Amino acid sequence: MGSTLPILILAIPLFMFLLLGLGGVKMPRKVCGVLGILGMGTTMTLAYIVALSYFFCPEFTVDGVRQQVMVFDQTWLSFTDTLVVNLGFLLDPICAMMLMVITTISFMVHLYSWGYMEHEDGFQRYYAFLSLFSFSMLGLVVATNIFQMYIFWELVGVSSYLLIGFFYKLPSAVSASKKAFIVTRFADLGFLIGILILSFYTDTFNFVEMTSNPGQVLAECGGATFMGASVLTWAMVLIFTGGMGKSAMMPLHIWLPDAMEGPTPVSALIHAATMVVAGVYLVARMFPVYCIAEGSMTFITVVGAITAFYAAVVACAQIDIKRVLAFSTISQIAFMMVSLGVATDSPYIKGEFYGGLGYMASMFHLFTHAMFKALLFLGAGALIHAVHSNDYTKMGGLRKYMPITHWTFLIGCLAIAGIWPFSGFFSKDEMLAAMFESHWFWGAWMTMVAGLTAFYMFRLYYLIFWWEENPEYKHHTPHDSPWQMSLPLIILAAVSCVAGFIPFGEFVTWNRMPYHIHIELPVAATSLTVAVLAIALATVMYRKKNPLPERMRNLFPALWTAAHRRFYWDEIYQFITHKIIFGIICKSIAWFDRHVIDATMDGFAKITNCASSAIKGFQSGNVQAYVAWYFIGAVLLAGITWLCFI
Amino acid sequence: MDAVSNIILYFVVAIVIAVFSVMAVASRKILRAATYLLFVLIGTAIFYFQLGYQFLGGVQIAVYAGGIMVLFVFAIALTHRPDEKSRPLESHRLRVGLVCSVIGTVLLLFALFTLPLINGLSLTECLSQSHAITMHEIGKAFTGTEKYQYLLPFEAISVLLLACIIGGVTIARKR
Amino acid sequence: MDLSILWYLVPSVIMFACGVFGFITRKNMIAMLISLELILNSADLNFVIFNRFLFPGSMDGMIFTLFAIAIAAAETAIAIAIIINIYRAVGNTDISGVNKLKF
Repeated sequence: MGSTLPILILAIPLFMFLLLGLGGVKMPRKVCGVLGILGMGTTMTLAYIVALSYFFCPEFTVDGVRQQVMVFDQTWLSFTDTLVVNLGFLLDPICAMMLMVITTISFMVHLYSWGYMEHEDGFQRYYAFLSLFSFSMLGLVVATNIFQMYIFWELVGVSSYLLIGFFYKLPSAVSASKKAFIVTRFADLGFLIGILILSFYTDTFNFVEMTSNPGQVLAECGGATFMGASVLTWAMVLIFTGGMGKSAMMPLHIWLPDAMEGPTPVSALIHAATMVVAGVYLVARMFPVYCIAEGSMTFITVVGAITAFYAAVVACAQIDIKRVLAFSTISQIAFMMVSLGVATDSPYIKGEFYGGLGYMASMFHLFTHAMFKALLFLGAGALIHAVHSNDYTKMGGLRKYMPITHWTFLIGCLAIAGIWPFSGFFSKDEMLAAMFESHWFWGAWMTMVAGLTAFYMFRLYYLIFWWEENPEYKHHTPHDSPWQMSLPLIILAAVSCVAGFIPFGEFVTWNRMPYHIHIELPVAATSLTVAVLAIALATVMYRKKNPLPERMRNLFPALWTAAHRRFYWDEIYQFITHKIIFGIICKSIAWFDRHVIDATMDGFAKITNCASSAIKGFQSGNVQAYVAWYFIGAVLLAGITWLCFI
Repeated sequence: MDAVSNIILYFVVAIVIAVFSVMAVASRKILRAATYLLFVLIGTAIFYFQLGYQFLGGVQIAVYAGGIMVLFVFAIALTHRPDEKSRPLESHRLRVGLVCSVIGTVLLLFALFTLPLINGLSLTECLSQSHAITMHEIGKAFTGTEKYQYLLPFEAISVLLLACIIGGVTIARKR
Repeated sequence: MDLSILWYLVPSVIMFACGVFGFITRKNMIAMLISLELILNSADLNFVIFNRFLFPGSMDGMIFTLFAIAIAAAETAIAIAIIINIYRAVGNTDISGVNKLKF
């Protein structure tokens, strides 16, 4: 494979961004939309060609191991002999998988947006930003080195910021975009420090060099320790901090629910399927190094497990359907994190168990989750488009009015709940199997989270499509969306039905050797039972309008309020930033600035002023006085000189 | 030992310079002040001759006593009535001026008599140590570019004089 | 009796002191200019004296005085042009009428 196709994959979205961004205003909406969709379609085709030829051409497999192919790697910035930043295209299994996921979802969203955003102002700008995001995300996954990844990491952050704040006339959207940007920026500070520490010790940014021989990385870090942990662990945990920000892990998750202020297709693309899994991708990319940095994997597991449970509980108590989906996203990404965290790099197959199973399962879930979560978000978008509200209390009984949306949404719910034969079942089963093999506690904990997932998803499903019809439907009958919006729903639903049967382990494993997936029957049976029970409970509670939910809520009012207010995380942040940082630290700094630094400067000015008004009388305009003064000065100087030297 | 005629000439010129300097700044009639200045300048020219700088003395008379004095006379004629007398000096100005000049004089004389730069050679000895300066030498000094030759300042002065002519015309012309 | 360097320097000092006195006390600008010429003349004389008595073999002091005379001529011409201009504007040549250039 030459490097033309891979370069085109990056170049087309960038070109579309420039074209639509600079010339979009002059184009009619239709042209703009068609151009964007065609561009993304081309990119998708190219990405499929590249990815499939990578997976299936034998030239990329040597002794049963898929090779990491540097399609190109160009020196970009050369600071010193060792500090060199390259830009390039690294093709390996996870990259190829991500290329397919990103371009597929992006294409679906482009198509969907044509219908969804048709009547919005700034349609052209919207498409330009979508292209910018696609470019940045593709650049991120193909990065050959961690610095390139960081560059594109920030670029996706910017495009996310731009798209969340797309409705820039809404104050809530503006503040949400700022929140997303600032929170992820803070996380990226940790990422940057981690990069610097790591590359300081290893003298390289290159992924291949680092991951192919992690033992050497450890050796290069030497025995250096800091506060009880080795430097390598610190570096990897700091790098993971960046991933926590992007992937909305606790406690940096607060931006993601607010990011739902953006247009819904954007939420589907960026805040469900692609950008938010960048953290997972990052950990997967550095996986061998993480394995060798003792403690960092445990950290990832614990953070993921707590986040998964927290987000699942909060999702049970949200009213806004997009917020439910947002918390569900957080929970599912945390699922992937836990699965990565429990994976090991043991190269042998220990009986039935394969150490890298968690890695494979995590990537598998990333793949399937991207499909069904995009489906759910796009379905939510169709509902919002029909009802003009984000609030499920304005919905109910919609299954008769919107059959396509209903069926596709149901498929998405079944997939995320992990019901056979939908895709979520397979990936979740692999993840749970890996967790149970690591420690029974993680398995049990995450099975509980899976049950909660099934519960809140079906709670949402029933409240939207069953429950009780909103009487306002008589004035304004909701109906299915135009074909541009329905087609992506149908395609994604179809993918969600069959994606589970892809032998994913044959393609993506941590050591790039094929692994044969088989269903762990006890695990599968347990999780399936839990899911079915949860769905049954949701059915009992929410299928028909009944007082049961109300009674449940009144049973634990504090719990409900706390969950509904997302356990007060926003308030905690508000308190820390406003009361502690602004109120105490910044105020004292401001006092110091005003009363010490400014006062010093004012004092200088005052002294100068006084001195000038005191001596300005000398400049009388009387030339003879000047001469007299000058003469006296000269005489004095002469006298002093004479006294000193004679 | 210098010739008696030289010493007599010196005393005459020195007294002329001292007296007319004082009168030039003390006179209340401006045209008279200019005339006294003329005597001082001529006295200086005689000193130049006595010191053996004939060319310089000529220049002093031609440019200073001739050119500049004509300028002064014209300026006075343009700006003063013939019998105009300036007002008597104000007392505080007088005090300031006296203090300054007396201090300056004392300091300079003190320096003259105490500093070791005086070698005590007499004029005759000095004159005998050097040859008479010819016009040829002066011309070479002004038009050469080597050590102790001054082509560049000479040209700069010529440009300065040109600028001065233009500037004088521009400033003084009637608008 | 020798005519040594001091003999010549004393009239120069007197000339200089008179110039300073006149420049500070006189109110007429032309009179001030006359005082200035005195000061300049004394400086010229000094150059020549030092040249003759301390460095009899060279003639740099004389050359310098020639330049100084040329510059003095230029300066006087410009100064008189300015004074005439002021006379046209103010009506006299009194220095106390020309003190606008100040704080």
